[in-house]
Order: sequence, then C-alpha cells, then structure tokens
Amino acid sequence: MMPHAATVEQVWSWLGEVPDPEIPVISVVDLGIVRDVAYEGDEVVVTITPTYSGCPAMQVISEAVTDALHAHGLEKVKLVSRLSPAWTTDWMSETGKAALKGYGIAPPVQQAIDISGLRGGVKRGAFVEPEVTCPNCGSKHTQLTSQFGSTPCKALYKCLDCREPFDYFKCH
Amino acid sequence: MDAKIEYLLRQGDNALILSQQLSQLCGKGPALEEDMALTNVALDLLGQTRMWLTYAGELEGQGRDEDKLAFHRDAHDYRNVLLVEQPNGSYAETMVRQFLFDTWHYFMMQGLLKSNDPRIAEIAEKSFKEVTYHLRRSGDLVVRLGDGSDVSHRKMQTALDDLWMYSGEVFIYDAVDNAMVEQGIAPPVDGLRAAFLEHVSEILAEATLAMPSPDAWMQRGGKAGRHSEHLGFILAEMQFLQRAYPGAEW
Repeated sequence: MMPHAATVEQVWSWLGEVPDPEIPVISVVDLGIVRDVAYEGDEVVVTITPTYSGCPAMQVISEAVTDALHAHGLEKVKLVSRLSPAWTTDWMSETGKAALKGYGIAPPVQQAIDISGLRGGVKRGAFVEPEVTCPNCGSKHTQLTSQFGSTPCKALYKCLDCREPFDYFKCH
Repeated sequence: MDAKIEYLLRQGDNALILSQQLSQLCGKGPALEEDMALTNVALDLLGQTRMWLTYAGELEGQGRDEDKLAFHRDAHDYRNVLLVEQPNGSYAETMVRQFLFDTWHYFMMQGLLKSNDPRIAEIAEKSFKEVTYHLRRSGDLVVRLGDGSDVSHRKMQTALDDLWMYSGEVFIYDAVDNAMVEQGIAPPVDGLRAAFLEHVSEILAEATLAMPSPDAWMQRGGKAGRHSEHLGFILAEMQFLQRAYPGAEW
C-alpha cells in the first residue's frame, strides 16, 4: 500500500479493528485503553493506558497497534503510555460490553468511577459484591467463586440456575 | 545515593521480592482459586515493580533499566523490608505476611496519591486500585482462617505472633524516609501507622485473633541492605538466568 496521510478519525477507526489479544471479540478502542491519537509533524502518536500494571497483553497490544497502522500505510508511529488518570472499566464502550456478553464473559455491571465503592471498600462488609447476570442464560441468580479469574481483569462466577461457570469482567 | 532513587528502589524491591515469592506458589496453591489469586497478585506486584524501578533507573542516569536493577544487584543492594523476604511457609504464614504487607501497602499508596512528584503520584494511582483488591482478599482470608477451625485458628495465631516483629520496619523512618516527607514526596509516618494499626486491629478482632503489642520490638535492616539469609536464596533463583547467561534476551 502506498504511504498516505490519514485523518485522526481514520486512525481511530483503524484502531477500532485491532482486537484485544486475550479477548479478541473486543477492540482496543472498545476496551477504552486508547486515550488519544494525534500528529506530531508527520508522526502519529497513539497514547495508551495499561489496564492492570502487570498485564502481559500490553506489549502485544502495542505491537498490534503499530503493525495495524503500518499496514494502513502510516510509516511513523509512536506509542506513548499514560498512567494517569488510571484506566477504568467505565471507559469500555457499550459495543464492547455487548461483545463481551456475546463471547460468554459477563461485562462490568457498575460505574467504577464512583470511587467510594472501590476505595472505601477495604472495611469488611463495606464492599457488596455486585449482582452479575449470567451471560449464558440471563439469570441474576449467580455467585462469586473466586475474586480472581484467568486474568487479573476477571473474576470467576457460577450460575446457580444453568449451573455454568463463567468469567466476569470486574469493575475496576 | 540520591534519597529519591533510594526511596524508589525500596518501593520497587518490596513489590518485586513479594511478587517473586508468590510466583513460587504457582501451581502449588491449596485450592485452584487461591492459586489464581496468588499469581494474579504476583502479576500486579511485578507490574508495579517495573514502574518503580524504571523511574529509579531513569533518575540514576547510569543506564540501568528495570531488568538491570532486578537481575544485576546482589542482596546487599536490595532495599526491600525484611517482611517480604520471609519464607512462604504454611498457608497461614503466606496469608499473614500478605495481609500485613497489603495493609501497609494500601495506606502507603493512598498517601503517595498526594505526592508532589507527579510521576510517583501516577504510579501510586495505578497501584492503589490493584492493592485495594489485594487487601480486600487478604483481609477476608485472615477472618475466614482465624475464625475457622481450631487448627486454622491456631496456625494463624502462631503465624501472626512469628511475623509480627517484621511488621514495624516500614514505620521506622530513617534519613531517606524523612527527606521524602520533608520534600512533600511521601506521607508522614504517624497517620500511616495509625491507619495501619486501626485496620489490622479491626480485622484481627473479627478473625478472633489476639493482636500482638504495637510497641513490641521490631526487626529492621532491609531498607538499608542488611537482609536475612532468605533473600540470597530468593535472588539465586530469580537471577539465575542472567547470572549464567549475562545479557540473555527472549
């Protein structure tokens, strides 16, 4: 493909096609980790925020973003990591949440940005586990199995009606 | 050495050594859920380590990145507190160590949110959300095991009594800590220690465990590089590859 200048909107839409490496049904844009796209001269700068600080997918995501933009003919791509404000599941798009559910992962059910729920929550009893809907049968009759799941961003739940275990993408 | 670099190494080394210890339990947890939790906490701590050590290396300006700092320093150059290098031991010991560390870590990161060094405040903001989960979980387990069976109660009380003397080093401020407080970079010790003791006493009461005296004599030395023999063994395993094949890359 011939190199060509692309608008910022075009870059955003291309990034919307870059899948998360661990949950491929959701794009990095829907996940809410792309914070900014801008030009510095002829170089396109993509600002990304990590989900969890130890998330091993971040390096793969950086490479996937760079590769995708190169494939669309952008030669100069720079990735910048931004820690603050810290990523929150509130930045996940509705499209992303629907895709998660279709994939069998219950999407985050609360607004995490209400910090009181998270930050006041080390006192025993102050934190109430949210009501999570089973992505398989739609029942709200579910139970937390483990606060940590297959990745740091997920918890393990089970449905007490259809008896299926499932992942829940935690509010963070 | 510059006080701020020293301070960053302490933060990074605490997270790194505890992460390494928890990683050793991968596949050995007493239950699948515990195994996943331990390794997820280890992963969070490793990510936090990278942010602290990267910043320390940048300030130092000697070309040492996170990997060089982690793999090319010997025990006496490590700045972690003695608590995190104590052996995994029984699950009671693993969880008491974790709970004592998490409680300090939680209030420490909360204090660092207001650091006037913006980079430190950013790292604290990222870490704080993760540490909240860690503390919620370790507090729950302390209650469940302390107020559990006779055997679990006894094991938890013994672990608490044995590890308590390592819980105070984080509150023994030295010249480095005091310099950070004076510069507005770190929180003062009084409020931090009071918050720690309050949370610990609440959880221990619910766990039906007797809290040892806050004024008990406390071990110290790790922050100044004087470590127990345990750290040498931890580093021997963690650093093996870089010692045997210097500069090896994936």
